[in-house]
Amino acid sequence: MRRAGRGDEDGHGEARSLTPYLLVLPSGLWLLAFLAVPLVLMASLSLQTGNLVDGFQQTFHWQNYTDGLGTYGDKFVRSLWYGLLATAACAALAYPAAYWIAFHGGRAKSTYLFLLLLPYFVSFVLRTISWKLVLTDNGPVLGPLRDHGLLPDGFHVLDTGFAVVSGLTYGFLPFMVLPIYVALERIDPRVVEAARDLYAGRVRAFARIVLPLSLPGVLAGVVMTFVPVAADYVNAEVLGGPRNTMIGNVIQAEYFDNSAYPLASALSFTLMAMLLLGVFAYARALGAGSALEAARR
Amino acid sequence: MTVTRHSEVRADAAPDGSAPPAIELVGVRKTYRARGADVTAVRGLDLAIAQGEFFSLLGPSGCGKTTTMRLVAGFEAPTAGAIRLQGRDVTGVPADRRDVNMVFQSYALFPHMNVFENVAFGPRRRGAARREIADRVGAMLELVDLTGRERRRPAELSGGQQQRVALARALVNRPRALLLDEPLGALDLKLRQAMQVELKRIQREVGVTFVHVTHDQGEALTMSDRIAVMNEGRIEQLGTPREVYEHPATRFTAGFIGTSNLLSGEVAEVTADRAVLRYGPAGRISVPLRSGLTVAAGERLELTVRPEKIGIGPDAPDGDALCRVRGTVTEVVYQGTSTSYSVATATGADVVAFLQNATSADEIAVRGDAVWLSWDPRHSYAIGAAT
Repeated sequence: MRRAGRGDEDGHGEARSLTPYLLVLPSGLWLLAFLAVPLVLMASLSLQTGNLVDGFQQTFHWQNYTDGLGTYGDKFVRSLWYGLLATAACAALAYPAAYWIAFHGGRAKSTYLFLLLLPYFVSFVLRTISWKLVLTDNGPVLGPLRDHGLLPDGFHVLDTGFAVVSGLTYGFLPFMVLPIYVALERIDPRVVEAARDLYAGRVRAFARIVLPLSLPGVLAGVVMTFVPVAADYVNAEVLGGPRNTMIGNVIQAEYFDNSAYPLASALSFTLMAMLLLGVFAYARALGAGSALEAARR
Repeated sequence: MTVTRHSEVRADAAPDGSAPPAIELVGVRKTYRARGADVTAVRGLDLAIAQGEFFSLLGPSGCGKTTTMRLVAGFEAPTAGAIRLQGRDVTGVPADRRDVNMVFQSYALFPHMNVFENVAFGPRRRGAARREIADRVGAMLELVDLTGRERRRPAELSGGQQQRVALARALVNRPRALLLDEPLGALDLKLRQAMQVELKRIQREVGVTFVHVTHDQGEALTMSDRIAVMNEGRIEQLGTPREVYEHPATRFTAGFIGTSNLLSGEVAEVTADRAVLRYGPAGRISVPLRSGLTVAAGERLELTVRPEKIGIGPDAPDGDALCRVRGTVTEVVYQGTSTSYSVATATGADVVAFLQNATSADEIAVRGDAVWLSWDPRHSYAIGAAT
């Protein structure tokens, strides 16, 4: 963009300085129409009172927020907790896979990545439902185990928090794999060799060189996974049953079933604020330095 | 500041009292499997590099020089053969337990660490005390003239500075041998020439064996005590820069190092130590025969002559002492310190002669002139029977 100001002498100065803005214009308009405007409308809605029959009026009813937090505080906590668990599980699964592809994938790297992402060409809802089929009490996993008497009475996976976190982990794995893979792929193998040459064993070389250099990818993956996971409602709906609802389910129910638009909006904004705060705090605590460093390389 | 010489560290002498070679390769072979086919990068290498030597592996890309270095460093295991450091067999020993250190072509500095941490990496892994590490890193940075840059990240340094950090990071470990993989390849010409001198100085100061891989013959000739010219996984010739340059043993060496004229002619007579070839109608070339090379009259012999050894003139040289070849000038190129003449000889071969522009600014000959080329027979170097 620094170049944009120059070149006035050749008569194209004005056109040139406008170019970057023109390039941003379409996506800018798109975001304005479908993100900014609805956000403002929802913010307004979250402070209204009324019902579907009599209509809603703007009354700056801040109580919507305190009511929401008071009634559904436990659902917020559960969402953030599940989000944390699923994100951690994603990182634990994604790192070794990304590592192997990046350093040992050879010429078939892109094939392996493609295979890893292949399931995600199937609709998200369909994949979640197929998990339900797999985990159901008489399904292909639990059925035979039960028949052989290997499971205690009343044991089931479906309708537990475990099922929800498993589904979330599976559903959002690519958001973790891809940034980690990109970070690992950028590491010069010679740098790792240099560490080996300087008396670091395999473990040391990993801990001192590979891990720190790939950390920006992990940090990006954590943000990209945690935010959608904490706000998800499909997995809890399909796999969690009534006792494991997340805040996403509450918002959905309040909005579509109870038509409590102001409360649903207030809950949404509360969730957004929590996630934003969380991400910023996280980025400040861990990410900012390494992210800047990664950008410098 | 003085840098301690570490010769006392390497005192483990051979039973007969003489020090074993710093690096010894015995029948080393390396075969890779690539795309379902076996590729042999190194075919049976025998090599002994002496203590404190500046040794260069010189060759075109793909000649096996980098593989050889990686075998010594421990990044690759040889398919066959043995590698010894200071007489100790290290063939199966991984890189982190070998007393050699490497300077990588791309430097491979740790981008997330500053200069101090980069250089301190090796001593820290070996559990040196804090104070000692600080002292040694400080001394090394002084040696490579980077004092005051300890807190800089590699990305904040110029190419030449990064190069010197890489050098310090390896040397701080007092290795038994330092391996340099095209260390100057990424630098521009001026800096490269300065670093050649610098590397030589550092090597003299620390007294460590340097093994240097390069495809740049000028670099190898300038810096090395000995050069191994490699081609297709084998050593073509091993010798001092002067030997390799003045007496190329094979056609490959002659062509790869410097410019060389390749001539062949029919042997007219053979004496005890020399052959005389007929070359064209009036041409006559005398060649010393090194031991092991036998020719008979009537056979064709191939030889090389370096361009700077050849004189040029309008008349045939006096007497029979000099080699003489007739030809026509096809190209004259002024090159500042010298002028290059291309001469088409009677038999069709092109001969290049470099003449110093020592006195006259005028050219000795111009394009189209008929000239005589002449040189001292000592500068004819027989390669073998012409094919």
